[in-house]
Order: sequence, then structure tokens, then C-alpha cells
Amino acid sequence: MAELQTNDGGGKKKKGGSKQKKIHVHVDFTPMVDMNMLLITFFMLCTSLSKPQTMEIVMPTNKETEVKNKSAVKASEAITVILTGGDSIFYYEGKPNFKDYKSLKTTSYDPTTGLREFLLKRNTIAVAKIKELKQKKLDLKISEADYNKQVSEIKGGDGTPTVIIKADDAATYKNLVDVLDEMAICRIGKYVIDKYTPGDKFLVKNLVTKGTYQSNFAN
Amino acid sequence: MSKVKVARKSTLIDMTAMSDVTVLLLTFFMLTSTFVKKEPVTVKTPGSVSEIKIPETNILQILIDPKGKVFMSLDKQADMINSLESVGNEYGLTFTPEEINKFKLQKTFGVNIRQLKAFLALKPEAQDAQLQNLGIPTDSTDNQFKSWVKNARISNGKDLRIAIKADQKTPYKVIKSVMNSLQDLNENRYNLITSLKVESSAKK
Repeated sequence: MAELQTNDGGGKKKKGGSKQKKIHVHVDFTPMVDMNMLLITFFMLCTSLSKPQTMEIVMPTNKETEVKNKSAVKASEAITVILTGGDSIFYYEGKPNFKDYKSLKTTSYDPTTGLREFLLKRNTIAVAKIKELKQKKLDLKISEADYNKQVSEIKGGDGTPTVIIKADDAATYKNLVDVLDEMAICRIGKYVIDKYTPGDKFLVKNLVTKGTYQSNFAN
Repeated sequence: MSKVKVARKSTLIDMTAMSDVTVLLLTFFMLTSTFVKKEPVTVKTPGSVSEIKIPETNILQILIDPKGKVFMSLDKQADMINSLESVGNEYGLTFTPEEINKFKLQKTFGVNIRQLKAFLALKPEAQDAQLQNLGIPTDSTDNQFKSWVKNARISNGKDLRIAIKADQKTPYKVIKSVMNSLQDLNENRYNLITSLKVESSAKK
């Protein structure tokens, strides 16, 4: 509420003083503040400040998978990662070896000892190169566009591993995103999400039963 | 005894400065924020180190809840109308202008197309209550999800981006069927919505 104060002095005016009335204007801002606070609360509750992050993935088309992609991966560069229920994760290098259950190895999502450590070891050259490039970018020696171009070149270069991700129906979406995340962290440029085949199922079962599953088959 | 004189002090506090601050904050919030979309199910996205932000417009968002129910949302109402009409055509259904009007106001939709008429006739509160138990069928025998995506793409053209937002606990089986449907439609580039996780943090 606004209030006007005039200093009439009870009607008696001084003779020599200025004739202009002095008016003090007091506007009470309390209701205004109340309303603003209400609006702020409303905005804080009903809006999201940060936009969600996103991960881009490119899947192979149906037609291409049958013709090109299958034989393109060298056995020495291939790593197959198998995700199953209960957050368990396995991998094997190269071609699957159905005779030896130890060819499939168990690993975990742990950032220091799990899959990340293994992938970083396999991809040391690319990781080191990209680290160097990143430093160059930070020192403003190369531009952002150049950096991106060179990074993708390194990622696709010879000798970098190709990861095949296979997920069981029991695996969760988080597992998939976590593994895709590892790909980004370990700078692996070539990875693909493939179907979980009976062969992979056999390998996992064989490992869990420590080879007894395999002997059942032989008999 | 003399009376103790209490000095009368004015209790008026000058709120002008306070008002200034609140107006400033208000302006900040109004300018920087985007409204939360109403979603029928709560979805907790998994964290990732990816730092790409999702574009604001031209998004076809596919929402998958932990139980595997699929919902969709389009940000342009014109596209929603077009897709509704063409999906309706495919299933031999026509919608009245009133129903179309109601449909375009939905933030997220996810109803079996055959039940859509009955659903749209409900009051908004009843719709909200029911929607979380529904979802678009994705089975191979009745893949309505596929026709929604196909028609959204036709109505929107090339710029439409597909984003999948799924809960951490969603089984891979559902994700796989969604991805397979997208693959059948030759939609090979899409985004997975995640929340932020810092690369260096070792803890989970």
C-alpha cells in the first residue's frame, strides 16, 4: 500500500520556508515480493533447468548386415562382449572357442578393474593419441573441427579393436548404456550391437557350469 | 514512579530491494528454464558421459517404462494430427474433428489405436489415471508402434529425430524389439536419452 506523507506541520506554516510541500512517498512492496516469491517457487518446481544428455547411435541397416559387415572384422581385432541378467558381463577375444570354457572371461562394470581396464589396455595407442590431441586443443594449437576430424580418424584406424555387443533378454537398459559408455570412454570407434545367438548362450552356460555343460553335449 | 517511555519505532521495512532481487530471480528462471513435459510414467534414465545435448524441436520421443510399456510424444501438434489420421487409415478408423482436437492436446500418447476413441471420450483426469496402464502394442503380430513411427516420419520429413528414453531397469528384450522395429523402417540413426555422469568419478 502506498502512503503519502505531507509535512504540513499541523497547519502552521513557516514564514520564510519554501512554499512547496515536501511529499514522502512510501510504497509498500510486501505484496509484490509475496507474489514474486510465489512465481519463483512455481517456476522452480515446474521447469527443468538442464536439458537431458543424449547418446547418438547408428545401427547397421538390415540389408548391409547380410552382405558386408559380417566378414569385415579381423579375428585379432574383435572383442565380443556379452551382457546377461543380474548385471553380469562376459567377453571373449577373437572367435568363440566352444571347446574351452575358459575362453570366455567374466568381468564387471567396475571402472577400475572391470571392462574398462581391459578395453583401455587393448586400445592404448588410440587412447594415448587422443589424449595428446586433447592437450593440443586445450593449448589452442588446433581447432575444434580439426580435433574432431583427427579423433574420428584415430578411432577408425588400423589396429583399434572392434567391439561386438550382445545382450541377453534378461539384461537391462542400464547395462547397455553402461557398455556404450565404456566405448566412449575407451575411445573405441568401431562397435556394433548384435543379436544374442544360441552359440553365445552356450558359452555362458558352459562357463557357469565350468565345462560340464559342454561334456553333456559331447555325449 | 514515572512511566517508562517506549520509543515508538516504525515497523515498516523497505521491501524495494527485496522486490528487486525476486524480480531478477524470476526473470532468470523464466528465461533459462524449459517446462517439464508431463509423462505418464516416471522414468529414471541411466547416466552416461556423453555431453551432446538433445535438440529442442522436431523430436519423436519414445518413452519406455520399467515394465516395457511404450509411449510416444511428438512436439508439433500438426504432426500429431497427420500421424493420427494416417495411422487411423491403416487400421480402418476415422476420427471426428472433436476427437482429433482432444488428441492433439495430449502431451504423451500411448494407447492401442482400437481403444483410442473410447480413451479420448474420457475426462482428462480419467485419461491420466488410465494412461499409465496402457501403452502402444509392439508385438510382432500387432506392431502399432511401427506404424506410428512410419507415419510420424512421413508427416514430418527428414528433420525428425528419434530419441529413446528408457528406464534403467527396462529389460533389454523390450529395447531390442523397439530397435528392431526401427531397423525394419530403416531408421538407423537415433538418440538414447541419458542423464549426466562425470567421466572421472569412479563411484557408481
